[in-house]
Amino acid sequence: MSLYTAHVSTAPSSRNEGGLDIQRIRQDFPALHQKVNGKPLVYLDNGASAQKPQAVLDTLVHFYQHDYANIHRGVHSLSERATRAYEAARGVVQRFLNAREEREIIFVRGTTEAINLVAATYGRTNLSAGDEIVISAMEHHANIVPWQMLCEQLGAKLRVIPMDDRGVLDMQAYQDLLNHRTKLVAVVHLSNALGTLNPVEEIITLAHQHNIPVLLDGAQSAPHLKVDVQALDCDFFAFSGHKLYGPTGIGVLYGKAALLEQMPPYQGGGDMIEEVTFEKTTYASIPSRFEAGTPHIAGVIGLASAIQYVEQIGLQAIHAYTQTLLDYGTQRLQEVPGLRIIGTAPHKASILAFRIQDIHPHDIGTILDQEGVAIRAGHHCAQPVMQHYQLPATARASLSFYNTREEIDILVAALQKTVRIFSL
Amino acid sequence: MDIEELVDNLELLEDWEERYRYLIELGRKLPPLPDDQHTEQNKVRGCMSQVWMFPQVDDRISPPILHFLADSDAHIVKGLIAVLMVVYSGKTAQEILDIDIHAVFTRLGLEKHITPNRRNGFFSMVGRIQDLARTSLASAPSA
Repeated sequence: MSLYTAHVSTAPSSRNEGGLDIQRIRQDFPALHQKVNGKPLVYLDNGASAQKPQAVLDTLVHFYQHDYANIHRGVHSLSERATRAYEAARGVVQRFLNAREEREIIFVRGTTEAINLVAATYGRTNLSAGDEIVISAMEHHANIVPWQMLCEQLGAKLRVIPMDDRGVLDMQAYQDLLNHRTKLVAVVHLSNALGTLNPVEEIITLAHQHNIPVLLDGAQSAPHLKVDVQALDCDFFAFSGHKLYGPTGIGVLYGKAALLEQMPPYQGGGDMIEEVTFEKTTYASIPSRFEAGTPHIAGVIGLASAIQYVEQIGLQAIHAYTQTLLDYGTQRLQEVPGLRIIGTAPHKASILAFRIQDIHPHDIGTILDQEGVAIRAGHHCAQPVMQHYQLPATARASLSFYNTREEIDILVAALQKTVRIFSL
Repeated sequence: MDIEELVDNLELLEDWEERYRYLIELGRKLPPLPDDQHTEQNKVRGCMSQVWMFPQVDDRISPPILHFLADSDAHIVKGLIAVLMVVYSGKTAQEILDIDIHAVFTRLGLEKHITPNRRNGFFSMVGRIQDLARTSLASAPSA
């Protein structure tokens, strides 16, 4: 284990910022220390993808240099070392989510594949024509389209929990949507477009009163909140490694063992079988049943390293610190003439989406890039959210624990400059 | 205005802020695209900003001349469209296909706006203009 353990350069003696020494932490991220268009990079696009700490990069290099081989196959030492590291990573994820068992952790490409897996396996075996799936008005396309495709195939119906203009779900409407035809509730934990932190405990409790399982899209929440799948009692939880400071192309589907065991395979191939003849194939038990083919071995090991890195800082400290940044950013953004924050729910985290007068977010993003500030401009793969606000796009700053108040100040100054440029 | 004039004007402007102001100004002076041409058919989809383009082929002369009217909901994109119109509008299909657009944008110091990002409606517009020129050339009677 020690080989693949991340190290955080936090010196207990020089702590600040609510227990975190941000300047020391920033030293762990080589990509942060560069200039863009002659200005120091201010990276505020963490909701799209986060930068990687040196510990994760070192883990990947070390693995490829010393222990790389295919897993679950060879009797030779390298394959055994690779297999051990891969399966140890499953344990790291299990503890990260506080899942009951390691076999409840399935490695996938990302949140999108995790949701598609549930739609294609759980969905196809448990739904039929006339059944209903409940999602919310603030879903990412990854938690809309797989269900729409399933509904089209089966003649099932997609029902949507409405939200108000702050970006708060209508919980009464949600209760009214639940009925004996509802077979699954799939909602986002933390909205990527609005920053709303949804009342998922209540959503899950209400669904379970009707024996309806709940899938949480945790793409944004996993990097920011301590997620305890047993305390939440969610049935499925999906997240991506790349937003959690890990490699791209790797993610996790957590599912309760009792549900996963009932689900047919997602893809066929190597490593997911028990026995194959031309007449019949019997499938391996979970989690192997859902991991056909050679998986993203290095990605899995890199993800475990990223999780260990984040855990050494501590998710509670991360949440507390990014919450102070969010409050500071929310307050400072008001100083920009004509700026309107999109997403003003009372419970929010890490996301600051906004519009400024009638300046297009694409224009804002272009000017900000000249100032070295990276934000996202667009519909954030959540076009129904844009339709709710009747906007083609928003600008979005998304925070990480490595961001600082000074960076928020630079963002605000760059936005003020943007306003000057466009108010000719 | 022609490309040389554009290059000269942009060269006079030293800092990026002035260059962007100039681009925005060019966009504001762009001949308007009639409201009824802001259609789905004329829309060039992008993730960040929307672009509409309405091509017209003047085949009263030979070889035919291509004209374009275009619009965007983003100001800088509209300025880039104005540049593109200087480069492409009023040219024959063959002239359009002979233009090395990357070289032109590099000369103008705007090369980073012409990277092949499929999410970028502006870049898709360049492809659409070139496709149109190819189609026009293929359908023209050979001289």
